[in-house]
Amino acid sequence: MWIGFSLLMPDCFSLSFLKDLHWCGVCMSVAPPHPHTNTDSFQEELVVRPLHSGDIYASFQFRTVWEADFSRGNKVSHYQLFPKSLGQVISKFSVRELHISFTQGYWRTMQWGQPFLPSPPGAELWVWFQDSVTDVDGTWKELTNVLSGIFCASLNFIDSTNTVQPSAAFKPLGVGNVTDHRFLRYATLPREIVCTENLTPWKKLLPCGSKAGLAVLLKSEKLFHSSFHSQAVHIRPICQDQRCKSTSLELRQTLNAVFDLHTSGQAKREWSLFKMFSRTLTEACPLASSSKIYIDITDNSQGEQFELSPASSLLSQAVVLGDRRTFSVYDLTDQATFGSTRSLNLLIRDMLRPLLHAERYVAGYGLQTGEIHTVMYNHHPYRSFPVLLLDSVPWYLRLYIHTLTVTSKGKENKPSYIHYQPSKDRLRPHLLEMLVQLPPNSATEVTVEFERALLKWTEYTPDPNHGFYVGSSVISSLVPSTVATNTSITQEQPLFSSFFPCKEELSYFVRVYTEPLLVNLPTPDFSMPYNVICLTCTVVAVGYGSLYNLLTRSFQIEEPSPGLAKRIANVIRRMRGVPPL
Amino acid sequence: MMVGMERNQYDAECFLLYYLFSSERRRGKLAALSIAAMVILVGVPLWWKTTQTYRAWLPVAQINELAKLQLQLSADVEVVFARGTATPEQQKKVPVTQTQDEDHAVDEADLSLHRLSESPCGSLVIYVIPESSSLLPENVNVYIGQRRTALLRIGAQMKVGKTLKQLLAHLEPRVKQILQVMSFSHNDITAALSDRVRFSPDNKESIADSMRAFKSSPGYEITFSLLNPDPKSHRLHWDIEGAVQTYIQPLLTKLSPVANFSLDSQILYYAMLGVNPRYDSSRSAYILNADSLAHVINPVEARLGSNAASSNPVLNFLLYVPDAHHSPLYIHDHKKREVQTNAFHSPRWGGIMVYNVNGFYQTGTNFPVDVNINMAKVMGVFLAQLRLLLGVQSTAPPSSFQVAPCGSSGLADWELDRLMWSRSVENVATATTTITSLAQLLDQIGNIVINDNIAQQVSSAVTSLQLAVAELEVGNLGFALQYSKEAILASEKAFFDPSLLHLLYFPDDQKFAIYIPLFLPMCVPILLSLLKIVSEVRQRRREKQAKKD
Repeated sequence: MWIGFSLLMPDCFSLSFLKDLHWCGVCMSVAPPHPHTNTDSFQEELVVRPLHSGDIYASFQFRTVWEADFSRGNKVSHYQLFPKSLGQVISKFSVRELHISFTQGYWRTMQWGQPFLPSPPGAELWVWFQDSVTDVDGTWKELTNVLSGIFCASLNFIDSTNTVQPSAAFKPLGVGNVTDHRFLRYATLPREIVCTENLTPWKKLLPCGSKAGLAVLLKSEKLFHSSFHSQAVHIRPICQDQRCKSTSLELRQTLNAVFDLHTSGQAKREWSLFKMFSRTLTEACPLASSSKIYIDITDNSQGEQFELSPASSLLSQAVVLGDRRTFSVYDLTDQATFGSTRSLNLLIRDMLRPLLHAERYVAGYGLQTGEIHTVMYNHHPYRSFPVLLLDSVPWYLRLYIHTLTVTSKGKENKPSYIHYQPSKDRLRPHLLEMLVQLPPNSATEVTVEFERALLKWTEYTPDPNHGFYVGSSVISSLVPSTVATNTSITQEQPLFSSFFPCKEELSYFVRVYTEPLLVNLPTPDFSMPYNVICLTCTVVAVGYGSLYNLLTRSFQIEEPSPGLAKRIANVIRRMRGVPPL
Repeated sequence: MMVGMERNQYDAECFLLYYLFSSERRRGKLAALSIAAMVILVGVPLWWKTTQTYRAWLPVAQINELAKLQLQLSADVEVVFARGTATPEQQKKVPVTQTQDEDHAVDEADLSLHRLSESPCGSLVIYVIPESSSLLPENVNVYIGQRRTALLRIGAQMKVGKTLKQLLAHLEPRVKQILQVMSFSHNDITAALSDRVRFSPDNKESIADSMRAFKSSPGYEITFSLLNPDPKSHRLHWDIEGAVQTYIQPLLTKLSPVANFSLDSQILYYAMLGVNPRYDSSRSAYILNADSLAHVINPVEARLGSNAASSNPVLNFLLYVPDAHHSPLYIHDHKKREVQTNAFHSPRWGGIMVYNVNGFYQTGTNFPVDVNINMAKVMGVFLAQLRLLLGVQSTAPPSSFQVAPCGSSGLADWELDRLMWSRSVENVATATTTITSLAQLLDQIGNIVINDNIAQQVSSAVTSLQLAVAELEVGNLGFALQYSKEAILASEKAFFDPSLLHLLYFPDDQKFAIYIPLFLPMCVPILLSLLKIVSEVRQRRREKQAKKD
């Protein structure tokens, strides 16, 4: 320790600031607390719809609206109802819109009709970034890693080989005019398996958690014992009011499940909330401004098919997916709803056939080439409508784009718009977008041939003989509607009918996902490298050994050894003293 | 005769054969030797070269030097004598005396003191004032100001007339004492190094003290969470934005040379404590015992969520409003006494405060009750906890010392200096350990690839470390802290570089499994023929020896 002295000699000085000498750890002035207006709002909703296959479709939606403006680079760090983890992600990565879904099972459109919010099997993530982001790819990579941590999913496997930038199929769903698809990234992981560990973090994002409100019903052992399970998070900017001067951020958490009550219901066609979720509702989430249950009773207007208990006098009509449906509404914020019994029993009848439907499969034999078939059905009796088909195929299926054919009713159907981005090996996938007109009451088939590529042996998955997944095709369309859709934003609508923005009265927006494909690639024997090393080494060693022998061995003429008789004779001769032969 | 001739002919044949035979053998030997030479001279270097891993040069010697690092800290102390404390003769004798102008106006003195106290961080100015000065109360000898200044009352026995030597000898221990309060003491440095160096524990309390503060890090995330386990009964309003601006931000602005801070707040509903409080019927209140506090945090922690956007350590401050059925709730310390602030902190984690809202219940009120939280009360507690957790030490000064109340920022300049001293030392120690252990690891495991960027990070960390140590020695605290931060960043970056993991787990037995099928059949004949040649040479030499004898 070194202490330097230097002496100074100032004049006498007055020290007026030494008046009150006391030590205080914390010094503060008391500011009067003023009440803070709560700017967040939260709504929750459950729709139960009996399906015509006898299954029950339950769709949860939770909507948190946060009146915070991120678009101008504001740093917002005080959270109330909006989850902090997502808010931080959005502000750090300058995300404009984020849509993520995890789905287990495949939605059977022909049996179940259209879902309220479609999603492909596995995981799907699509993000619109703010136009202030310069390195979109880097931000995307970081974002997927962070989201993978938040949702406990393997989103970190999203890289350039399965990311595409669709030019037309995925438009922003919120306000904002940025449609430059440089700021859009879309990726699917069809292999992703969804389970409890994804549900728990999803539930944590809700303000009431799973402690109160509709989320009490979300018990994982029942939810995953279902034919279809899909959970999603949608974040987008929306208008605060009609004039749309300022925007707020909307977080929609949706969870859809289809319960097969035939098999689990002991052949009785009745169900209750308790049977489906093994829980009953006791209260609404106290933070929710609205908390409602809708039961689809369109086919049961007179009560001839099933009976609801307790009955609700509240009826509501909504136009969903081009169909006017009637719902029986239970308002959970109203104490009268919680009567003596909380179980609802009902029976089911037919429902509307979906107008748009699609399927996909791989044809061909052998391990060299194949053909992808995508079939899109238009069930409308007299109207044709255009659909936008998006296909993202991994690079190891090398598409022969010249073999692309689109046929409807046996005739060639020329797409009016094609956007094709060829793949680069190990860098990016194929991207194919087409605008196809579907004739009325027809099936349109899109086929394209492909060749299977050989992978490097480290590129195979741990179970290569299972096959490789190719993500679902996405078909987006404005389907003509028989019923006028309500286009005004102001009128309060149930959450399930208000997700996709609707600008026309006589059509509604539908997105259909096909099945993911499972393609077998030629799979090598993975012990091969070692076998090859051993075999070549042995061959080299044998060749080398004989060469070495040839080079180093000394050759000598062998003396012929005398025969046995001669040797005996010599022995005898030696004994006699006679020289040997 | 005939027989003899035959004999001769036979001998000649044998000789020819022998000659042929021996030349053949020599050729074989030569071939074996040349193949062995080829393998050794060409094959082995080729194999060595092609299977070698790339290892960039590391400054190993300098790293080893760092491992036995001796830290030397020095602080500049300026001692200013006020008029009447030193005689003119003494002044003359002081070799480094700078005499200021004699005629200062009274108000100018204040200004000049202020100007003087704008000293660079790490240094101190001590003003020695005469015994008779009325600036300090009777029993106070030392006054520590808000900035880097202290007033020292010259002792009564130091009357005019003593020699300068005596004066300095008298002042030195007291200056040292001031220095220990205002910049660093042995204990601080020990505490800063406690994670790196094992000291013989003095007492349990000092260990607990040293474990309380967060470890040095380039940034911290501060999260305030309002826990409302009962939203049905309480509708809580807290003006966290205003409170943060008023109370926390000034402190963080002051601390900005030490680290970057980011602030967040959130409200968590239905977040319960992990312990059921005990009902005390005598006081009609619920009690949390000190023993059970350890179990409070875990269930809450799951709800808090980590910051996904950064990897800095998080300081959590929780404000818990107990639900209506468990209210009021009081925390009791080990002696079963009520804790005044109703708050506690957890070392290196954060603080929890229980906020009872019973005052808002009135007879006949229907739930939910609107509650406005008094942020001044809450932030007072959190600010004190924040100071503790950041390691702003508040060691009790000796009784004759008086400390000025801190200003609006809640942190005096010299307290910041204290923190910076211990942070610099801690950073240097941490970076040194990281770099030396990395060097050790790389030394032990031979097949790790060391890329150029890692070598560069290591070199820059070593350079920054040396600079930091040099600056500490000179007393440039600001630069020392800056360099030590750079050192820590570079060393961590090198240590956690993903490229260091690539070959770490490629086991040796698999390598040999690949090599053996090739090398065994090739090497065995070479070795055997070499052995044969050696044994033959030996035998011939022995035969020659025998012939000579």
